[in-house]
Amino acid sequence: MIRNEPYLMRDPTAETAPAMRERVPPPADLKAATIGLLCISKERSEEFLDRVEMRLAEHGLNVLRFAKPTHTKPAPVNVIQDIVERCDVVVEGLAD
Amino acid sequence: MAEELVAIVKRECPTCELVAPVLREIAAGRRLTVYTQDDPTFPEGIADLRHDETLERSHRLKVETVPTLFRLEEGREVARAEGWHRGEWESVSGIAGLGTQLPESRPGCGALNVEPGMPERLALRFGDLALKARTIEVSDWEDPIEAAYDRGWTDGLPVVPPTDLRIARMLAGTSRKPDEVIGLIPPNLAECTVEKVAINAVMAGCRPDYFPVVLTVIEAALMPAFAMHGLLCTLHFAGPVVLVNGPVAKRIGMNWAGNALGQGNRANATIGRALQLLIRNVGGGRPQEIDRAILGNPGKYTFCFAEDETDPDWTPLSVARGFAPGASTVTLFHGEGVSGFSDQKSRTPEELTRSLAMGLWRVTHPKSASDASGGAMLVLSPNHHDIYKAEGWSRADIEAALWEALKRPASEVARGVGGVPVGVDPALGDALVDKFGRENFLLVRAGGRGGLMSAIIGGWTGQRNAKEIQVVTKEITE
Repeated sequence: MIRNEPYLMRDPTAETAPAMRERVPPPADLKAATIGLLCISKERSEEFLDRVEMRLAEHGLNVLRFAKPTHTKPAPVNVIQDIVERCDVVVEGLAD
Repeated sequence: MAEELVAIVKRECPTCELVAPVLREIAAGRRLTVYTQDDPTFPEGIADLRHDETLERSHRLKVETVPTLFRLEEGREVARAEGWHRGEWESVSGIAGLGTQLPESRPGCGALNVEPGMPERLALRFGDLALKARTIEVSDWEDPIEAAYDRGWTDGLPVVPPTDLRIARMLAGTSRKPDEVIGLIPPNLAECTVEKVAINAVMAGCRPDYFPVVLTVIEAALMPAFAMHGLLCTLHFAGPVVLVNGPVAKRIGMNWAGNALGQGNRANATIGRALQLLIRNVGGGRPQEIDRAILGNPGKYTFCFAEDETDPDWTPLSVARGFAPGASTVTLFHGEGVSGFSDQKSRTPEELTRSLAMGLWRVTHPKSASDASGGAMLVLSPNHHDIYKAEGWSRADIEAALWEALKRPASEVARGVGGVPVGVDPALGDALVDKFGRENFLLVRAGGRGGLMSAIIGGWTGQRNAKEIQVVTKEITE
């Protein structure tokens, strides 16, 4: 198709895409880190995270537990804030 | 005070031809500028005659009819007369005894600047409408439809390229401002403006007159009770199912009759698709990414239809849910796809009710009950409805009878029964269990005639969390 004028479209997205996001570098040593475990409150999430917590504790690591009120909705701001304030790394516990 | 008279005319209009001598009469004594929309030489004998070739002057004066005579003060309109009406022209011009040879009045013609599609073109050209979304330039050697695929904007089917003119026409379908934020679209909770909805509605293939419905669908999907975030992420088959009620369905030509749940109707197809494209493009909810569906269902391209409200004995779902008769609404249900239900033998309401209950028990799993089942939308066809109608049963009667028929002794569907481990707690014994949570069971009338068939649209297992996840209904405003 040959056109004389540029063909212009408008971006249908949230326009957040092109910026390449760098991954946060992993902590060099977990010994000094606080590890958050976020339960999404789906069936058996707790059992899964209990086991993760047990394994981490065997290595002498610091663990804190958090939970979303429901798996059907994003985490509320206060839960996210709490995790950000108190943790260095987070494991999100899915289920099924 | 600088006062001037301005007239807008076109030669193509017989009323403009008629008033040409009157314009010359006015020009002889007053400061008059005549703008002609088509023929630059028409009308003759006017000193200050200008060709409104771009239609900018007509657009800025918001002319709808030619001829229109304006009186301006300091460039601002203080009076206008549309068409020819002697009294009005005398009042606007301040000159008595105008056009005494002419009839008392004549209607004018449509102005060129308001011809179909032209107001949006002019609004873009003269800066009344400034779109904010970033521009994507498609090179000479690219096909715009392929470019949309390359950028990941489509659901797998081609989209209509969202050009400024198409977006402007879509935006003309609502009185809402393009930069109004209508909510945060999950999963990324990206801010979504009316303009972004319009862009995705263009891509989906919507007509501008569907746009108020599309906007309401998006708003309904964003109601916290609907839990769109969970629905788009789920492993389960379900996606949003949109039901439209009220006069808007007829006005925009939706299908509630034969093949209502199938292909072939533009409004049904594109309104549902606009929601899915918006979730994908603005929200970032893409399959095999955060959309974790194991299998999904074809309704995740689009799933939208209208209820058949042509039978005066039938209470539409929107009315049953508390909206006024005559209100246009959208109802969003979390649905997994269509399962056919054929029963050519039942002849009484009681037989058909028992039979439908058997069909409905299949949803989610034939042995799952309300603590594990999604709900269901039962789409009752007119021929099946006739069996109830003949005995005078109303919607409420049918719902109540189905509700009772759906109760079963737990012992029939307990874990292990039939050699199948799925089921309810055996400790319940012979206690009756419900198949669904009551609020997740919807009855809708739609479909063609000629067969004793209805459709069961299974719900989402997430609906078992009734406090968090609910069916939602919202009234459509223009």
